[in-house]
Amino acid sequence: MIELKRTALNSIHRQLGGRMVDFAGWDMPVQYAGTIKEHLAVRTRAGIFDVSHMGELEVTGPTAADTLQRVTCNDINRLAISQCQYSALTTPKGTFVDDLVIYRMAPDHFFLCVNASNQEKDFAWIREHALDRTEVRFRSNDFSQIAIQGPRALEILAPLTDIDMAGMKYYWFARGKFAGIEAIVSRTGYTGEDGFEVYCDPAHAEMVWGRIMNSGKPFGVEPAGLAARNTLRLEAKMLLYGNDMDETTTVLEADLGWICRFDKGDFIGRDELLKQKDGLKRILVGFEMTGREIARDHYPVEIDGKRVASVTSGSPAPFLKKNIGLTYLPTDRRSVGTEFSVIVREKPVTAKVVPTPFYRRRQPV
Amino acid sequence: MYPEDYLYTKDHEWIAVQDSVGTIGITDYAQHELGDVVYVDLPEVGDTFESGEPFGSVESVKAVSEVFCPISGEVVAVNEKLEENPELINQSPHQDAWMIKVRITNPDDLKELLSSEEYEEYLQEQAGA
Repeated sequence: MIELKRTALNSIHRQLGGRMVDFAGWDMPVQYAGTIKEHLAVRTRAGIFDVSHMGELEVTGPTAADTLQRVTCNDINRLAISQCQYSALTTPKGTFVDDLVIYRMAPDHFFLCVNASNQEKDFAWIREHALDRTEVRFRSNDFSQIAIQGPRALEILAPLTDIDMAGMKYYWFARGKFAGIEAIVSRTGYTGEDGFEVYCDPAHAEMVWGRIMNSGKPFGVEPAGLAARNTLRLEAKMLLYGNDMDETTTVLEADLGWICRFDKGDFIGRDELLKQKDGLKRILVGFEMTGREIARDHYPVEIDGKRVASVTSGSPAPFLKKNIGLTYLPTDRRSVGTEFSVIVREKPVTAKVVPTPFYRRRQPV
Repeated sequence: MYPEDYLYTKDHEWIAVQDSVGTIGITDYAQHELGDVVYVDLPEVGDTFESGEPFGSVESVKAVSEVFCPISGEVVAVNEKLEENPELINQSPHQDAWMIKVRITNPDDLKELLSSEEYEEYLQEQAGA
């Protein structure tokens, strides 16, 4: 048996009664007190997540920006220092090597947060396509990552740092002292809620977690596991690599045209994506089940009795109290209200296309 | 914890037999493993099942779990309360959250099932494994 990798917070999860599972080779808590409770805590108060399994890469050097401009589809020139950008590493076909968040630390210094399961692949891919005088470093082992998400996240974290947390805008970050140690703190997350992510030295992760838990106690902070993280991100229609998109789906098919900046100049996959732009055959849509049945990942999707796709992500939505999901439909079936069938235990059940995100927080930052 | 007058399966169903009708549900251990139950899929009255055949499923936020019929028989009642209140499975797995009642066609099937004592021993073995 292959030994599972452990984050620096592993023993804390066990102390908290976390139910541990193998997630992409990592021993991670899928839930603590219960997925619904954790999900609702994030929507109404705050949740704290260990997301240290996520990968970190660093891209530096005089040509670093040009390298990233070439390997990602979003426009690096639109990224200011101290700003974050959601983007994708694209293949020549315009499909996903991975999706990622890019942090611009300095004009020629970038910090990349990538999916756990793709970190080695991404590292190799960027190196392979890096220009001369770009250095790519694998930094995953040097960082723990803790996410604090929910409407009370700001109040919980502000007392722990001199960083101007209230003044930090959504998808911006700062470097500074947090809980007394050096950290990167960004106003980002994967829940559709206001919140922050803290990157720090794994040697300090337990201390940082403890300080946040203490500060969060009066606000009802709950440790939250991977199951709640998944239902939260799905309600917010944030995509999951490997489920909702991968090397077989293009950025446009995934309905992420907004991160595809054709006007920036050439990038890997641009030609194919341009070709596809006017003749897109399928697109990722959000749907709701009309009855009580729950659509699950990989359940077949049919239109007029013909198999057209699979559910890429499907789950009960604990805050919305609906059963929702994502799937690829032919573009002429994408409009809201269109009905189709999800096959649940061999029976076709009606689903209908709904506007997304399914959930949008009331006061955007 | 596990009623002494019930019989159990290694798939974590229980059955309470009165005359020739068995009332069937999932055990406290099963509901705890599943977490918050949000949907219960039940058969219809008149459906028949062989012992060991799945008759329905219980779904939590995260997972779908099939429920197997401990004995062969014909469904004579289903617990319709579970449609509106699937969380009963978590709250009262051995009482209010019974799932189906089955007219037992082959009473010998019952000999294959575990007593409460045997079931608890089985759970301990599993935990130790």
